[in-house]
Amino acid sequence: MKKNNRSNSGINNKSDLLQESLINSSRRNLLKGAGFIGAAAVSTVATSHVIAADSTIRNSSSSAIAPREALEALTAEEAETLAAICDCLIPSDEHGPGAREARAVHYIDKSLASHNSEARHSYSVGLNAINEFARKTRGEIFPKLLLDQQNSILLAVQTNKISGFIPNGSGFFNMLRSHTIDGTFCDPYYGGNQEFIGWDMLHYPGIRLGVSEADVSAGASLPPNHQSAYDHSTYTKLADNSSIADEGGEGYA
Amino acid sequence: MPKRLAKTDVVIVGMGAAGGVAALPLTNAGLKVIGLEAGGWLSPRDFAPDELRNGSRNWPQSVQKAATEAPTVRATSNDTAIQGGHPMMNAVGGTTMHYWAQSWRLNPWDFKVVSATKKRYGENRIPEGSTVEDWPFGYEELEPFYEKIEYTVGISGQAGNVQGKKNTAGNIFEGERKREYPMKPLRSSPFTDLMGNAAQNLGWNPFQGPAAITTELFDGRPPCQYHGFCNKGGCHVKAKSSTAFTVIPKAVETGNLEVVTFARVTRIVTDDSGHVTGVDYIKGSETFFQPADVVLLSSYAYENVRLLQLSKSRAFPNGLGNNAGQVGQHYMTHHQGAPVTALFDRDLHNWYGLPAQGVAIDEWADDNFDHGELDFIGGANLWVHTDRKPMSAAKMPTFGQTRNWGSDWKAFIMKNADRTNSSYIQKTTLPYEGNYLDLDPVVKDPLGFPVTRITARYRDNEKRIAAFSQEKMEQWYLEAGAIKIVKYGLGNIMGATTHAYGGTRMGLNNETNVVNEWGFSHEVPNLGILGASVMGSSGSRNPTLTVQALSWRTAEYLVNNWRSIVG
Repeated sequence: MKKNNRSNSGINNKSDLLQESLINSSRRNLLKGAGFIGAAAVSTVATSHVIAADSTIRNSSSSAIAPREALEALTAEEAETLAAICDCLIPSDEHGPGAREARAVHYIDKSLASHNSEARHSYSVGLNAINEFARKTRGEIFPKLLLDQQNSILLAVQTNKISGFIPNGSGFFNMLRSHTIDGTFCDPYYGGNQEFIGWDMLHYPGIRLGVSEADVSAGASLPPNHQSAYDHSTYTKLADNSSIADEGGEGYA
Repeated sequence: MPKRLAKTDVVIVGMGAAGGVAALPLTNAGLKVIGLEAGGWLSPRDFAPDELRNGSRNWPQSVQKAATEAPTVRATSNDTAIQGGHPMMNAVGGTTMHYWAQSWRLNPWDFKVVSATKKRYGENRIPEGSTVEDWPFGYEELEPFYEKIEYTVGISGQAGNVQGKKNTAGNIFEGERKREYPMKPLRSSPFTDLMGNAAQNLGWNPFQGPAAITTELFDGRPPCQYHGFCNKGGCHVKAKSSTAFTVIPKAVETGNLEVVTFARVTRIVTDDSGHVTGVDYIKGSETFFQPADVVLLSSYAYENVRLLQLSKSRAFPNGLGNNAGQVGQHYMTHHQGAPVTALFDRDLHNWYGLPAQGVAIDEWADDNFDHGELDFIGGANLWVHTDRKPMSAAKMPTFGQTRNWGSDWKAFIMKNADRTNSSYIQKTTLPYEGNYLDLDPVVKDPLGFPVTRITARYRDNEKRIAAFSQEKMEQWYLEAGAIKIVKYGLGNIMGATTHAYGGTRMGLNNETNVVNEWGFSHEVPNLGILGASVMGSSGSRNPTLTVQALSWRTAEYLVNNWRSIVG
């Protein structure tokens, strides 16, 4: 993935960079492996990273056009919290990239403004409940906690140990999990599965409009074609479909 | 007052699997037909290979009229009914646009559940409380109409019993057929071969199931491309034999069919003599009255029943054709739940392929095995198939090997995404007292009409079949090398499904059935009913081909008896 693309991901630059620095999972694993647990120490490191990275972006922004991306449904803090959750659900780890690189949060935010709009309110309520619980029990909002602390909170949500969710902890967790999977493995058109990270993770060779017996036999060894459904001109809005229209569809209406 | 339109010979309510088929024999005979359809026309460019849009986003159904009038569901009359989703699609072609397209004939036993059971096992084997009756005719009566649909709509498959000659490549338990299928079956795959071989090791007879999908050039349509987005998606090359691409265009070509899209039928209108005179429908913001000599109601089980129950009149104060109180009774759904999922230790090569590309076992269906020592009647058709998509693959069960998120889980799905398979087991369901459809007293659709309320639950017979078939399925998977098995719950409530039966049952007895042996109302001579609502038994396989064979038969009967029906 291109660095520029990742740095300017769906949430605003500052909070996104906060994610990158604060919960960079390889570093967290390092900390975990060394038995180094201390929220204060991490926060200090994180803060300096944010400042450094932030200034890098400012310097580079003059030479590159930043893509226009809004948070369509989530607030900045909700997006930040969700990013930390997605990072726990499908982590970036020694097995490769995860929900963060796939930009699952970007997908979920967009979906909450469209086909998942009915879930918008339960996200607000649920993410807030998680942060309130985190602050009450650990003194910091969820994104600022260590991975182990985050995981234990999520497990408590999943097993209904924490209240304040719609319809309850496990219901909210299942929805989050389902949407995070959608955002990691959906067609990239929807803003997730960036660079086909999710499909590569599963060794899915990609959408093909025709599949031969040889293709099927090849299975996972079939080279991934990295195509969205909407790389096929038939399905794009502006395609010239006059021949199809004549053949079927409106011709009979 | 609704705007009164010019009279037509026949109005068909719903241009889906059933209404689309009926239109062809009627228009071929020169009758003028108006087809009212709540949805619009779709074309192959509407069917992008997009799992999110088809599956999670539920695009085919989400924009539909049906979605705004989904039935409420409860197990018994003591429970509160809760509104769920609606599985049916409003479009020209209806649910045949996005169905799996498995196109079975019922087995002969399904027509004679009562008499065949009594004959083989004695008087007391019909479960208590069941209202099941024999159909008014046997498989033989429907056989020519099955063939008619197979050759007109375009069904691929492997016959197992042509004129009494059994062929183990097909289903040896099927009823005798006069001809082969018009097309060879869908191709096998490494996975279906694996499962087929395992079944043979068990002494079972595996075979490739029939599908309304082309496997060669058929009637100008190309063969299936196996890209695998059939489920909740239409076909990008028209290989799926949806009525929108087969019989409906042919009926339009006769010049005798006018399809009116986005027409929402609200009432079937009756005169005081008890004849129907036409239907009211809303299109845009206008209301129309479409007069007709004959009304064919073909909006599948739920909406067929609801429209009858909504169409109260002086002659039919309890709903149209419901003076005997039978509309909504004998409702049942296929027990499609209680699946078994298996984990294998190697990739199954299932990223491509389609739900209809599978292998079936019929040994444990219907009365194909001895129930003498068992505590149920009926059985299950076991089905495994190809087709896998990334989002659903990532949502696979974890077989107790890991929590369902985090690093371990991620490693698990990376390894096993192509190593699981879930069976599709269709089981016999019987109709019972206490299982029925009526109008919900509280929940209304956007027009203010009550939605359907489902009150129904599976009984002991259905749950015993479910447990029995899960054991057979497990045995099959283990023989094929599965290393882990998950069995799901046996089910309870019959929610809204594409496999819904009854509500306007067909039978000779007008006190226990809504339509006669030809599909016309016992009480309303010029009202025909098409769809699985007329079926008195579920069988243990997909309903569409039977629905279509019945529709053609009813339409043909109407053509041949026009004068006596219209009066």
